[in-house]
Amino acid sequence: MALDSKIPKGPLADKWTNYKNSNNLVNPANKRLIDVIVVGTGLAGGSAAATLAELGYNVKAFCFQDSPRRAHSIAAQGGINAAKNYQGDGDSTYRLFYDTVKGGDYRSREANVYRLAEVSANIIDQCVAQGVPFAREYGGLLDNRSFGGVLVSRTFYAAGQTGQQLLLGAYSALNRQIGRGKVKMYNRHEMLDVVIVDGKARGIIARNLVTGEIERHSAHAVVLGTGGYGNVFFLSTNAMGSNVTAAWKAHKRGAYFANPCYTQIHPTCIPVSGDHQSKLTLMSESLRNDGRIWVPKHKKDVDAIRAGKLKPTQLEEADRDYYLERRYPAFGNLVPRDVASRAAKERCDAGFGVNATGEAVYLDFAAAFMRYGKEQAHVRGLDESDDALVRKLGQEVVKNKYGNLFQMYEKIVDQNPYETPMMIYPAVHYTMGGIWVDYNLQTTVPGLYAIGEANFSDHGANRLGASALMQGLADGYFVLPYTIGDYLADDIRTGPIPTNSPAFDEAEKSVRDNIAHLIDNKGTHSVDYFHKRLGKIMWNKCGMARNAEDLNSAISEIAELRKEFWKDVRVPGTNEEFNEELAKALRVADFLELGELFAKDALLREESAGGHFREEHQTPEGEAKRRKEFQYVSAWEFKGEPKDAVLHKEDLVYENIEVKERSYK
Amino acid sequence: MNLTLKIWRQKNANDKGKLVNYPISDVSPDMSFLEMLDVLNEGLINKGDEPVEFDHDCREGICGMCSLYINGEAHGPDRGVTTCQLHMRMFKDGDTIVIEPFRATAFPVIKDLVVDRSAFDRIQHAGGFISVNTSGNTIDANAIPVNKHDADDAFSAATCIGCGACVASCKNSSAMLFVGAKVSQFALLPQGKIEATDRVLNMVKQMDEEGFGNCTNTGACEVECPKGISLENIARMNREYLKASLKG
Repeated sequence: MALDSKIPKGPLADKWTNYKNSNNLVNPANKRLIDVIVVGTGLAGGSAAATLAELGYNVKAFCFQDSPRRAHSIAAQGGINAAKNYQGDGDSTYRLFYDTVKGGDYRSREANVYRLAEVSANIIDQCVAQGVPFAREYGGLLDNRSFGGVLVSRTFYAAGQTGQQLLLGAYSALNRQIGRGKVKMYNRHEMLDVVIVDGKARGIIARNLVTGEIERHSAHAVVLGTGGYGNVFFLSTNAMGSNVTAAWKAHKRGAYFANPCYTQIHPTCIPVSGDHQSKLTLMSESLRNDGRIWVPKHKKDVDAIRAGKLKPTQLEEADRDYYLERRYPAFGNLVPRDVASRAAKERCDAGFGVNATGEAVYLDFAAAFMRYGKEQAHVRGLDESDDALVRKLGQEVVKNKYGNLFQMYEKIVDQNPYETPMMIYPAVHYTMGGIWVDYNLQTTVPGLYAIGEANFSDHGANRLGASALMQGLADGYFVLPYTIGDYLADDIRTGPIPTNSPAFDEAEKSVRDNIAHLIDNKGTHSVDYFHKRLGKIMWNKCGMARNAEDLNSAISEIAELRKEFWKDVRVPGTNEEFNEELAKALRVADFLELGELFAKDALLREESAGGHFREEHQTPEGEAKRRKEFQYVSAWEFKGEPKDAVLHKEDLVYENIEVKERSYK
Repeated sequence: MNLTLKIWRQKNANDKGKLVNYPISDVSPDMSFLEMLDVLNEGLINKGDEPVEFDHDCREGICGMCSLYINGEAHGPDRGVTTCQLHMRMFKDGDTIVIEPFRATAFPVIKDLVVDRSAFDRIQHAGGFISVNTSGNTIDANAIPVNKHDADDAFSAATCIGCGACVASCKNSSAMLFVGAKVSQFALLPQGKIEATDRVLNMVKQMDEEGFGNCTNTGACEVECPKGISLENIARMNREYLKASLKG
């Protein structure tokens, strides 16, 4: 099947308006006859479910957590971008579009990104109307901060808990519809297959995680807002339950999977402390507004620090290497995430890592304390030359901005970041790749949609900070509700979809067979044992730097591990009860397939772009080197085994932006 | 370090349940409490026993899913943290640690340490929102200035993660801190004032129907709340409720 991105005709800035003026609509009386399933209740799924219900559709929403409010969007810290230009610093829809395409290393689709930038301002209006308590200035208006890869302040925030506040906003809109009976909410349910009837997505098979019951749910369309697949690495900043199962099952039923190798490795996370580690914790990128990243200039100081004989605060300015400021004077500490992560790896690989494992750099707020403190002392008419006083005043300012992050750091590391610099290291955080969708956010399966992180569309090979929240809410509140109507307009006479068809029988049987195999297997190793091994392969061979040899061996190792898993995994208990190990086993089984496709995709992409860095393709300065012949989206069609997946290319055409070498110098 | 864990095991909602002893050795002080339980479970699975079920997800203190009652305190002995952020350095070699689920009539046990907190969702369905359509055709965000003090207080109330520690800590199993926080967030903002009367009446009514107890001002909830939600929110809810009842 040829890929048709269905981008509307006309000038870039008019495409979305033209689309909205000409798409099919469903009249209010007919919407009552149409059912939609939404899987996932994060920013994308939650906002979509609420909006579709408000429009009049009958919505069934599913989440695996005990409440929709706990979806992992809740953990997003720093903020949400919007081209409001409240600061009057030159922002515009075009500039947000430009920054996003450039930030994505020219691997995203122009029309989708422009639409995202266009609706971004509306998100802020909408959220304020819903009572989301964004940070404000003393005059009562909204405050902004800066994020990486841009030269304007367009990020709206709520301390270090922006994702939480936005998700609670979407959750409140969802609650309103649940209260009205327009959304039927299924908590503690996991989608285990999508059901295709006569070529269209018509329902799902879900497992009730409390009772183990296998349920059939039908609808006229199915929307996946199921997030990313970073947990394929075992250690990531994702929640423990975040998984690829819904997306992967959709892939196996015909949805193409796009750019699986595009992974975001976030530069500022708390370093790994030991083998017991179950997940990694992010320290918001917003900290790079005020924190300076450095390692010692000299090896002897590194050794002294590792041996505990020297404190970082004792090191003279001249003996420190602020390597981001040195290498990228224009953007400094606010380079995009992929660039900052690689630079940290470069210094640590060269032996300058500052902790016992050699995998940590400093994020230092000392300069910010003094800068803010001086300002405060001046405003309050206090002694600006009293360093101790100035530092204390400055610490209060920083505490107001990032208090929860500093507290989180102290609890985990047991060091006070007000007194000594934080130690950070890159960790897997976000996946730009995902299910391929057209301009309508429809997958290659009619009636199956993917929104938010679950799709691939907007961030190219690298996502800019504070853009994930923007995309999730844009898709859910403002894009999908229009585009899905265009499809559902043909379904007004279809009537309810029966669940007793052969397609439902087959899908349920395949789910039951899988579960029975896992339960009856009685092998020798736990699910985590396999998941950790998969994570090691992924991190070592498909991580921050990749090469053909490693990727080839990753492909065979993962295939081998998958075989071993099915033969030797041990899942205690039964299906007919609350059984977390079984839920985990079903997720890891899918990660073991995705991981192989991931490596295959990374092997094929013989260039470096954004978060995908191939060692064979770098500039003499060690920067990522894109290649014109790879200016396309890799969309993989499932053919029985990950290794047999067939590649389809969507060429990326840039008509409104000049494709340049991406420079932050 | 070496520890003895006394863990509540309960097969399902109908089972009576009991505390079971589990010795555990080589616990690193850098482990989080849940990582320590991961190690225990790995051992149980390898021995052919059933692992201990507990709720958890984000493991960074924001999703509100984890819910353990440790040595008689919701989220354990540390302050201002959830169970997932509690680290083993808070304990000593040789300690015995009692681990139970959050207990309340309105939070029935599902299995082991997992409880059903959907009562919280139902309270929110009754009024935890502003009735604005999500079409995006609202007014410009800066057309509604909010003074910073109120905005900051609304934010502080809104940081509640809905974990239920307040209920588990209260001798009456009251949910007043949880409901008070949501009522306060909206009561402090101009956008929320329009539906203030119905909101507080409906949410309190639902809270009572779910079987949560009353507040007797012991303040245990505030002490154990991982997000430091203030008792002021209960006072504000009571004022809102009184106002609404008089209007009613």
